[in-house]
Amino acid sequence: MENQEIERGRIADFLHRLNDNDIWWSFWHSPVAVLSAALALFMIFISVFASVIAPFNPFDLASLDLMDSSLPPVWQSGGDPRFLLGTDDQGRDILSTILYGSRISLLVGFVSVIFSLILGVGLGLISGYVGGRTDAIIMRIADVQLSFPAILIALLLDGVARTLLPKDVHSEIAIYVMIFAIAVSGWVQYARTVRSMVMTEKVKEYVQAGQVIGLGQFTIMWRHILPNVIGPVFVIGTLHLALAIIIEATLSFLGVGLPPTTPSLGTLIRIGNEYLFSGEWWITIFPGAALVAIALSVNLFGDWLRDAINPKLL
Amino acid sequence: MISFIIKRLLQSMLVMLTVAFISFGLFRFVGDPVSNMAGQDTSIEDRQELRKSLGLDDPVYIQFFNFTINAAQGKFGQSYMLREPVRELMAKRFPATLELALVSSVIAMLLGVPMGVYTAIRRNTLLSKAFMTISLMGVSLPTFLIGILLILLFGVTLRWLPTFGRGDVVQLGWWSTGLLTASGLKAIIMPAITLGIFQMTLIMRLVRAEMMEILRTDYIKFGRARGLSNRSLYFRHALKNTLIPVITITGLQIGSIIAFALITESVFQWPGMGLLFIQAVGNADVPIMAAYLVLIAFIFVVINLIVDVLYVIVDPRLRASSEGD
Repeated sequence: MENQEIERGRIADFLHRLNDNDIWWSFWHSPVAVLSAALALFMIFISVFASVIAPFNPFDLASLDLMDSSLPPVWQSGGDPRFLLGTDDQGRDILSTILYGSRISLLVGFVSVIFSLILGVGLGLISGYVGGRTDAIIMRIADVQLSFPAILIALLLDGVARTLLPKDVHSEIAIYVMIFAIAVSGWVQYARTVRSMVMTEKVKEYVQAGQVIGLGQFTIMWRHILPNVIGPVFVIGTLHLALAIIIEATLSFLGVGLPPTTPSLGTLIRIGNEYLFSGEWWITIFPGAALVAIALSVNLFGDWLRDAINPKLL
Repeated sequence: MISFIIKRLLQSMLVMLTVAFISFGLFRFVGDPVSNMAGQDTSIEDRQELRKSLGLDDPVYIQFFNFTINAAQGKFGQSYMLREPVRELMAKRFPATLELALVSSVIAMLLGVPMGVYTAIRRNTLLSKAFMTISLMGVSLPTFLIGILLILLFGVTLRWLPTFGRGDVVQLGWWSTGLLTASGLKAIIMPAITLGIFQMTLIMRLVRAEMMEILRTDYIKFGRARGLSNRSLYFRHALKNTLIPVITITGLQIGSIIAFALITESVFQWPGMGLLFIQAVGNADVPIMAAYLVLIAFIFVVINLIVDVLYVIVDPRLRASSEGD
């Protein structure tokens, strides 16, 4: 009974603090932030629940009927009310393929950002805290990598994987290859930011105090320094999410990303691109619009978050 | 000064060596070069012969040494896919990519600088807000989607511009140019705009930020107090000072423009190096991948080096600090 009381008090306290927070305040007073967050959440929601929301399962070959192929959207003449945004050349419902495609795009984006973040923050912490030769080596690698655009690095990693693996194996694990390639191509920014912040943090008294009472290096880095440098990491992560989704879409569009068996938005745009000239614009344009909706909303939200947290290092 | 340049040169060489090492690793250890080059009916003796002629029986460090020497001369062997020397393939494609990159940079500068100046001076007008929105779209719209939209509008619906290829080209020595024929000029419009939009947004935001910074400085206030006209203040005094960082950033961007060109080239089937590289990645054609990587790295390193050295020459403050350490 008493425990519950305390628990409730804690939650109330937490909610109160959340409500009092500067960031929360600036969030509710920025229409752009609220709208972009709403749009991003909406896109995430419909892709997570794609299998429930989508009117058809585009991967269920039995439900496809070639009679339904290449139908225009409902509002154009010849449109079928069953297919709101029309169908592609195989009779798949565009709306459903977009929902499933967004799911794959967002999945690849989120997972690769998380890996990038772990890799970058870890290396940044070590680089900044340990210093010396370790720092020099890590930062030199970062410099070299930074002089190439992320998309080129991801492309190269994908090319290597393609060479190493037989073709059928590659298309089966293409999604992991893609996640790995995007994750590795993006760690540098996290590492640089975290490193420079750790360097200002590590001379502070609380770190010295930790060293004096004999805490291990790992404990100091993980438990004490990390929480103080994590804010800007979220900003980088948000903006990186938009970038990761765009990189994945671009590679898939170029035909070196996800195969048509697990189509992301980029793959869908690539497939649709072939029908652009015969006038079937909806096969390309609607997946493109979904991609822009995701990228734009995440970018706008990240922009706002950067201004709100105001990390001067960015 | 000299010691700084030598230090930077050594650093650049280290970067190039690293890239050469990665390319070498790709070539030597990713897949078997012999089975990639030999046909199915090549006899075992011929394979051995090929192995020997490629030097694959030498120790690895000698192989790496030979690879680096060859790479420095632009020799990357034969393409697995096209059975032609990589060097000639790249040389044939290079003019197309460079022309595209240059034309798009010029477009980006011509549009980006005025838009940046305007949004800095008239911050709250409707047109300014429109420009800022366009710039945000430029960041969020993936390059290939911009290309597709342009194709749909000007190629398919209006039928004004060709949707693929380079048009007719004229040979000037080994350089082939599409800029001297009507069809070549028409063909470059859409690819150049597609490639230029991202740079344009970057330049616009940079000019705007720099301009706003400079308009707050004392010398502009003094100029205003002296009764100089707005026009002379903005364009003769403020703009001149904003252009230094703009030119630097644009210069540094040339490398990434050439890399980004591969997306544009793929959308418009533009016969440049990027398209060649994409096809090489799809077909695991390692010699082309290695050559492209080394070439792009070389362009990056040279540009970075030039910019760094120019900075030190132009800005005496950097000279003092670089001599300090």
